[in-house]
Amino acid sequence: MDAMVRELSYAQAIQEAMAIAMDMDERVFLMGEDIGVYGGAFQVTGDLVDRYGADRVLDTPISELGGAGVAVGAAVTGMRPIFEFQFSDFATLAMEQIVNQAAKMRFMLGGEVSVPVVMRFPAGSGTGAAAQHSQSLEAWLGHVPGLKVIQPATPYDAKGMLLAAVADPDPVMIFEHKLLYKAKGPVPEGYYTVPIGKADIRREGRDLTIVATSIMVQKALDAAATLEAEGIDVEVVDLRTIRPMDKQTVIDSVKKTSRLMCVYEAVKTLGIGAEVSAMIAESEAFDYLDAPIVRLGGAETPIPYNPELEKATVPQVPDIIAAARDLVKGVR
Amino acid sequence: MATASKAAADSRANLPFVYRQYSAEQLREVLHKMYLIRRFEEGAEESYMRGLIHGTMHLSIGQEASAMGICMPLAEDDQITSTHRGHGHCIAKGAEVKRMFAEFFGKTTGYCKGRGGSMHIADVAKGNLGANGIVGGGIPIAVGAALSSKMMKTGKVVVSFFGDGANNEGAFHEALNMAAVWKLPVIFVCENNGYGMSTSTARSTAVKNIADRAAAYSMPGVIVNGNIFSEVAEASHKAVERARNGEGPTLIESKTYRHRGHSKSDRNRYRTKEEIEDWMSNRDPITLFESELREFGFIDDRGIEAIREAVAKEIADGIEFAKASPSPDVSETGNYVYTEQA
Repeated sequence: MDAMVRELSYAQAIQEAMAIAMDMDERVFLMGEDIGVYGGAFQVTGDLVDRYGADRVLDTPISELGGAGVAVGAAVTGMRPIFEFQFSDFATLAMEQIVNQAAKMRFMLGGEVSVPVVMRFPAGSGTGAAAQHSQSLEAWLGHVPGLKVIQPATPYDAKGMLLAAVADPDPVMIFEHKLLYKAKGPVPEGYYTVPIGKADIRREGRDLTIVATSIMVQKALDAAATLEAEGIDVEVVDLRTIRPMDKQTVIDSVKKTSRLMCVYEAVKTLGIGAEVSAMIAESEAFDYLDAPIVRLGGAETPIPYNPELEKATVPQVPDIIAAARDLVKGVR
Repeated sequence: MATASKAAADSRANLPFVYRQYSAEQLREVLHKMYLIRRFEEGAEESYMRGLIHGTMHLSIGQEASAMGICMPLAEDDQITSTHRGHGHCIAKGAEVKRMFAEFFGKTTGYCKGRGGSMHIADVAKGNLGANGIVGGGIPIAVGAALSSKMMKTGKVVVSFFGDGANNEGAFHEALNMAAVWKLPVIFVCENNGYGMSTSTARSTAVKNIADRAAAYSMPGVIVNGNIFSEVAEASHKAVERARNGEGPTLIESKTYRHRGHSKSDRNRYRTKEEIEDWMSNRDPITLFESELREFGFIDDRGIEAIREAVAKEIADGIEFAKASPSPDVSETGNYVYTEQA
């Protein structure tokens, strides 16, 4: 019998996944700043402390480096910590433990240990939080072998990928766009997983492949709906995982549509769009291309405070529509 | 570990702690291991000079009593995190020198299958979670291991070794604070050898004693002469007892000295020959322990000679084992990045 499907917000879906993980496995626990009675800066842990107690919903001091290291140490010695960063920007304070320790410990020790830690990063702009609370740093971590880096774009994936991350023996970094927390979607009850390393074709089309990540998936779908009226048939690929990347799904899509656009919120230069573009240029799909590849990414600036400037800093639906039109009509 | 029999213990009533606490056999084994650490590092240094080992290494020659004293009260399943100067900790926690040599030679029979080398030497089966190339990197990891011990109620105690340089890293302060707030079974052991690479503690550290920093985290801060095995072991014994009883962490500052430079690139321009000579001639931890053992009647010249010979053979055999072991195949470069899925 199919599980009951409800409408849940992205934040509720994550909370439900964490509760299921804790119910299933006593080694799973949550760590982070103000995740207990406060409920987390974005209310993702919410009231979990009432159900699981302060030992399993563990408030840490404001010590990102030390806290991340404690999570790594607990993971190596048998626990299954889920560590919440209050904002993804604060990963900069913990890079040592993430990049030098979590990512490399198994390798350096010749496979003698695994590091089953999950880290959650509320990311992205759009909340007026300005330059130090709005970044999209997933490509930084995506550059590090030993880590897995995912960006669920829907409540369904947020729950299923978090449960996959908890079951994964290696460190999994989850980038959650803050504007998605309130987005609603269908989520089945109970346990299910969505595999790490598999992209999802969210909309099939013939004329153009848009590879999007995180919040840009919905924007690409919105753009595709408008473009359909103009006779442009867009395929939207939700990359979902940036390491390890599902290359084949993107290659197959580009071979079908012959055009590629990458849309992501992080700063455009040296980002995920560069990686996807280069991957296609190196693949058999290159010969199928009818036009140059287009990247739409964030501006080469910090995220500004002013709301109009902030919007202008990252790709919006009209930007995607305009770029797609030009690409398909051969303006470029 | 078994303690000495009551009759033997009574006759030792006025001796320092370890001579009351441990049997003659256990104490002779400590001397054996101290020699093993010394000769292992000399063997590694010589192999490096002869081009058999590449990269670099950080020798702990002169710090053997610290490693042995701290590990003395630990059980086999207690855990440690170690440092770039971690060969002694690894041997003190029970590692075999042949597999350590094999690791230094980059061979598949090494503890890390040739992927880690000196700076990442580990022996997970014996509770050594690994040396660390990042100063202070292992300290929060040790706190995490202690959190596991508390949550899983395993009774394990965790020791985090680090040097004087690490006490100025943020990780040190964050980790000590969390360990104290959560009353975790962890012991922080600062092996203060006087220099973080070339910079002396006087020039780098605002407090006179690193143990003073324990006060900021409401834990005992204990200073020991790191070159006197009995002093170190006694402090460790108390800290382990405290940790196992759920009373929380301790910071031990073990004041010691490295006879060699920081690493293989060190020209020794920041300290005098006289200073080094003084520590080598007058405060060598093996010489000090050996003369105590002799004085208190736990060993004689023949016993010492037997230990030296046994160690020389272990070292020679270990180097032969490493030389004869296979190198990993270049096709296996990508192994162990991720856990292999069944």
